[in-house]
Amino acid sequence: MSTAIEIPYNSTERPDTGLYNAKLGVWLFLASEVMLFGALFSTYVLLRTGADTWEHGAEFLNVPLATINTMVLIFSSVTMVMSWASLKMKNFGKYKLYMGLTFLCGVAFLVIKSFEYAAKFEHHLLPSTSTFMALYFTMTGLHGLHVIGGMIVNGYLWGPGSKMWQTDPERFTNRVEVAGLYWHFVDLVWIFLFPTLYLLPGK
Amino acid sequence: MSDTHHEDVHRHVKTYIRVFVALAVGTIITVLASNFHLGIILGIIVALIIATVKGSLVAAFFMHLSAERKPIYWVLVLTATFVVAMVGLIMFARRDQQGRQQGIFAVPAKHVPVHHAETPEGAHKE
Repeated sequence: MSTAIEIPYNSTERPDTGLYNAKLGVWLFLASEVMLFGALFSTYVLLRTGADTWEHGAEFLNVPLATINTMVLIFSSVTMVMSWASLKMKNFGKYKLYMGLTFLCGVAFLVIKSFEYAAKFEHHLLPSTSTFMALYFTMTGLHGLHVIGGMIVNGYLWGPGSKMWQTDPERFTNRVEVAGLYWHFVDLVWIFLFPTLYLLPGK
Repeated sequence: MSDTHHEDVHRHVKTYIRVFVALAVGTIITVLASNFHLGIILGIIVALIIATVKGSLVAAFFMHLSAERKPIYWVLVLTATFVVAMVGLIMFARRDQQGRQQGIFAVPAKHVPVHHAETPEGAHKE
């Protein structure tokens, strides 16, 4: 008695928006993410301008490690977009390679970040140490959670989720594209977090 | 980007590599510039300009915003409006408060509880 109901506009575009549904949905989600990180960045501005003194992050944060992490995330953005391009070119093998690399870049980012965190804890630099450290842990911690979230999605699309390539390749390609939008956003946030926390001069 | 053709993708791949190189160079420039002791204001301006350029490259090419449908742009315009309103209102409130007192989180005198330097003897005894 069960009838399969097909959800429309998974692979084709809606005539009114010109977009498939997932793309508009993910962009709306990213809009809410902009507000979330926007609130944190404005908190940084507010607390910094209201403080009499402010730490120079480079004096006690590890700039070389953070620079490597920036490169890792930028590289992962390229591999992510290449995984989508590989599917567009009907090359599933290359897709697996690039998506796998993207996942590994996420792992590398978190491992490097954990080294940084461990060093801070060792030197008793905790969120309670100063306003700067509270902001550092809040902003990088939330960003780290976003990296983990992206890795879960990417891992699924690399592994069990990739079976869809056999049954509905266009829909699968779209899934990879919107997962990519999120991953690039996480990279974009880091591009602003890195100079804000590690490089801006103190006062 | 939904109607991207096979040959277009080949062209895009070359662009992605160029953007990657630009982002890597931008990162190195940001780190080097921070060692130049440009002063607080100039240091912040330089760092944020480079970050904005890098962020724009990611958004334009990796997120395909350079060739996207109109509804996406409207979503972003709306988001930008709300971000500007949020930051703007906070900064206006801060300036307003600063005009009357020193320090952003200074509590008005009438709300400050009076602390006695010395507790009268026997005050804590039951």
